[in-house]
Amino acid sequence: MISKEEVQRIAKLARLGLSEKETEKFQKELSSIFDYVEELKKANISKVEAISHPFKIENVVREDKKRKEKSDSRKLIEMAPETEKGYVKVKSILK
Amino acid sequence: MNLLELTINQIHKGLKGKEFSALELCQEYFDNIRDKDKKISSFLSINEEFALSQAKEIDGLIAKGEEINQLTGVPCAIKDNILVEGLKCTAGSKILENYIAPYDATVIKKLKEQRAVMLGKTNLDEFAMGASTENSAFGPTRNPNDLTRVPGGSSGGSAAAVAANLSCYSLGSDTGGSIRLPASFCGVAGLKPTYGAVSRYGLIAFASSLDQIGPIAKTVEDCRAVFNAIKGKDEMDSTSVDLIPHSKTPFPDKEPKYKFQISNLRIGVPKEYFVKGIDPEVEKIIKGAIKKYEEAGAKIEEVSLPNTKYANPAYYIISPCEASANLARYDGIKYGYSEKGNQDLLEVYLKSRGKGFGLEVKRRIMLGTYALSSGYYEAYYLRAQKVRNLIKNDFEKIFKKVDVLMAPVSPFLPFKIGERTEDPLSMYLVDIYAVSVNLAGLPALSLPVGKVGNLPVGLQIIGKPFEEEVILETGNFFEKSLK
Repeated sequence: MISKEEVQRIAKLARLGLSEKETEKFQKELSSIFDYVEELKKANISKVEAISHPFKIENVVREDKKRKEKSDSRKLIEMAPETEKGYVKVKSILK
Repeated sequence: MNLLELTINQIHKGLKGKEFSALELCQEYFDNIRDKDKKISSFLSINEEFALSQAKEIDGLIAKGEEINQLTGVPCAIKDNILVEGLKCTAGSKILENYIAPYDATVIKKLKEQRAVMLGKTNLDEFAMGASTENSAFGPTRNPNDLTRVPGGSSGGSAAAVAANLSCYSLGSDTGGSIRLPASFCGVAGLKPTYGAVSRYGLIAFASSLDQIGPIAKTVEDCRAVFNAIKGKDEMDSTSVDLIPHSKTPFPDKEPKYKFQISNLRIGVPKEYFVKGIDPEVEKIIKGAIKKYEEAGAKIEEVSLPNTKYANPAYYIISPCEASANLARYDGIKYGYSEKGNQDLLEVYLKSRGKGFGLEVKRRIMLGTYALSSGYYEAYYLRAQKVRNLIKNDFEKIFKKVDVLMAPVSPFLPFKIGERTEDPLSMYLVDIYAVSVNLAGLPALSLPVGKVGNLPVGLQIIGKPFEEEVILETGNFFEKSLK
């Protein structure tokens, strides 16, 4: 069983605020899901490489030239919950 | 003539022959949505004013005698994780409840070029994470065949809308069965294209190495028409490619216009897809459908994909890992839900994400973050990536012997709303026959081949990479000759 502290540590890494009830719930559920994926330990992977995509993909390159802007940056900035003078506003991190 | 029952081709002919107008057709659909969707809840938002003005414009073009495309004027519905400029795009999440798409997804751009009429946006499990559409922050969609049951997920709204004649066709997305499962549960056709066949630009990302957009429609032929309109390489998605078939069997002609011959078709039936746990009634219908292909002249061979049992565990490591990274962008700062108040930056993150995301999304972010955290990475993520290669190799070997594989989409019939929500693992097992296809990047079709009572059963036809045409022809043969 995954400990409560472990769940809280992972939640903080994931930047997820969890309620007490959710923390307890996830403690049980994550444990049972990780038990389920234990099955993977039986697979014979000694001779295979890890793949991150189904097919080999190649880098796409283009000339280093300025491209036409496709979207209006103002429109994107306006979507932010807090803005000031055309910038996205963030809480101060230096006290 | 019931306009709502027409296929894409029938609508195309009807519009060209001026048997009805695009406006009449569009109004008919909106009337039906108003009439039925209160009970089904397949749409999250509708786009009536714009759709009607589009339809009027198309009627003007037709009146002037201009040529129209196959999809021109054909009403469609779009899963609400695909961006349509100027329309809300929620991904079924509270965190994007008021998000307005700032641009068109590439698939939408392509449909607009064809002058498709978009009726609205359809319901889904939050961020496409689920197999029942019960994880939507805006309430579940119901199965039109039985309102007490789920439509499957995550593209449940898209499939239910087509099944209930609330849209002629729709777009869905498939990360681990999310097009095929709801197509199967609702009794319509659904195509999950090869990874890279359709651009993902403008699809809200869940697991980027698995996600694909594809069509859900009344018939296989309709799926093909939509697929042909949306496929192709796109400079905005570096993983997209142009379709080049790897082999041409069972098509003796070398011409790009394939000729399908049932006697040349070799069908593999993977024994691992018919094991304990499958509903015997589902098994009976699937085996019966395969038998029909055999009687029509196809060669049937039992085959083995020995690593099938590892597919679902590998999927439930790989997809949450990718999701935990993809969903890091929802931070309460750039866009989307933000918890207001006098607090520091960390608190903004914790509270916005804690309140904005639903339970299943949080669960997957937790799973992914755990599996990727230091000390666990090799045991989980790296191991799952190697197992993914084993699964891919299984398919490559088998596809040297056969042209397509046939199996159920799901071991289960559509289940009752609420039946599997308490135990997340029981929900994860619904897609056990679907996820291998995403891990290996293959194309697969879900085709309705029978019913148990009023509950539909879908046959899954899996093909070689970029051989959509082979599985579409194989499915089409059933609809035309074996039904």
